Amino acid sequence: MIRAEWFFWLVGGVFLVMAAQMLADRTNPRRHGTAAFWGLLGAGFVYSTWVTDKKAPAEPLGAAVLVMACLAGFGFTGRGTARTATPAQRAADAARFGNRLFVPALTIPAVALVCAVGVKRLHAGGEPVLEKGSETILGLGIGAVVALAVAMVMLREKRISVPLHAGRSILETAGWVMLLPQLLATLGAIFSVAGVGDQVRRITTAVLPDGSVFLAVVVYCVGMFLFTVVMGNGFAAFPVMTAAVGWPVLVQQAHGSAPGVMAVGMLAGFCGTLVTPMAANYNMVPAALLELTDRYGPIKAQLPTAFILLACNIGIMSVFAV
Amino acid sequence: MRKAGRMLVLLGVLVVVAGFATRRNPLLVVGVAGITTGLLGGLSPREVLAAFGTGFASSRSVTIFAITLPVIGLLERHGLQEQARHLIARFAGLTTGRFLALYLLLRQLTAALGLNSVFGQAQTVRPLAAPMAEGAAERSHGQLPDAVREKVRAYTASADNVGLFFGEDVFLAVGSILLITGFVNTTYHTHLEPLDLALWAVPTALCALFVHGWRLLRLDRTLEHARVAGPAAKGADK
Repeated sequence: MIRAEWFFWLVGGVFLVMAAQMLADRTNPRRHGTAAFWGLLGAGFVYSTWVTDKKAPAEPLGAAVLVMACLAGFGFTGRGTARTATPAQRAADAARFGNRLFVPALTIPAVALVCAVGVKRLHAGGEPVLEKGSETILGLGIGAVVALAVAMVMLREKRISVPLHAGRSILETAGWVMLLPQLLATLGAIFSVAGVGDQVRRITTAVLPDGSVFLAVVVYCVGMFLFTVVMGNGFAAFPVMTAAVGWPVLVQQAHGSAPGVMAVGMLAGFCGTLVTPMAANYNMVPAALLELTDRYGPIKAQLPTAFILLACNIGIMSVFAV
Repeated sequence: MRKAGRMLVLLGVLVVVAGFATRRNPLLVVGVAGITTGLLGGLSPREVLAAFGTGFASSRSVTIFAITLPVIGLLERHGLQEQARHLIARFAGLTTGRFLALYLLLRQLTAALGLNSVFGQAQTVRPLAAPMAEGAAERSHGQLPDAVREKVRAYTASADNVGLFFGEDVFLAVGSILLITGFVNTTYHTHLEPLDLALWAVPTALCALFVHGWRLLRLDRTLEHARVAGPAAKGADK
């Protein structure tokens, strides 16, 4: 069985090798801080295996995460000069290889597709080939490795350091934003342990108007939206808002359709995901990957859609579901 | 007094809002908010550290896309983005808006079939979709001012997100559907079928396709306007 942890080790290993490359890169004025940041990230990826198994204490990893946040937050990370081809060389290569360049790029989604649809069902020696529940990330990982092999053969590139340097440049350009989604997931967990959800439920119940089903729908949908904006995803918001409004008021008192209220309520939360920097993997990381000067560019592009769809969800729920 | 003490945990939320609003470094904002909330919520400093550690360990899958960066970097060195621009330039009718609306539709359909990671910001938006959207814009409008180029890229990212969010819930086995059935069935001792939930996601999915698709198509008009008015027209559509 191919385990998800193996892929986390591979990703961690790649980060560690890139950290070594960063340390040796004298064009980067902050090479020590940069290498420390990505090196800690890579080591953390590997060490995490034993934390999830509860075989190693989580405190050192937590300290490492806070050190990473400080390294990046106080400006100790930077970037070197990218070792890349000149625009003329790129244009010449594009003309030479033509559409064949798309083959490795499309290998990633193609392999991910095959893993998600086909390999998922394969068994070897009584075990599934891919660890259950991790087929998606394994598909992406296997796709990336296969694509790299295809690309190196096709481009006659024999040195593995070349793609690693190229990938490292993208990482350095994107920078510390890459750590943000994981840090935010942690914040969500701390929020729920500390009882932020209970307080939000109390406030929601206090503002809930009596008697009007439509206003209750608005409170449920807008509450899902706002709480998702704070938490970064609808998953944390859903149990809180459903226990406060969705189930007792909309399903039990107003006799609404339970699947309708729940499904549309969750989608109202997704509208919140479109507008919050807390959903860093969807909103902040792409801005970094696309090298936008405005980190909030994707959020600005999504803002009107999010509000229109929130209104749509309120309409759909109040007309069809309750 | 105890009530007031419990309300204090909401200070962490305030730290986040204030931090993002004043554009402090998000890593520091989130670190400080986590420590504040944890301590106010009654965790010991050790438990706060452990929470950061286990949170990191259990959320590694959101960072795994980094594994695609070496191959994408290698291909970009050899002109992948340039070729994506060339390719799109051959389809004269495919404007930026039409291309992005098509991408939105494809993203939504594949997500509705449960194929969430077939497309994505690292694997398809940066290397393929964004250069194609720019290529289509350059064909109609010539060299793009930086502000316009940024806008095209941001809209490409938005097409990917909207397609994913409002496609995946139409699929039965996606995390959010399983969260709903899991939570509701165990808390309220009832029985919700994933299929019912998935069907209820269809109306919103259609709204998302029409609303965002229309906005993507309108991007062509914005680009036209930006060309006429020059780079000074940054944000003219607001």
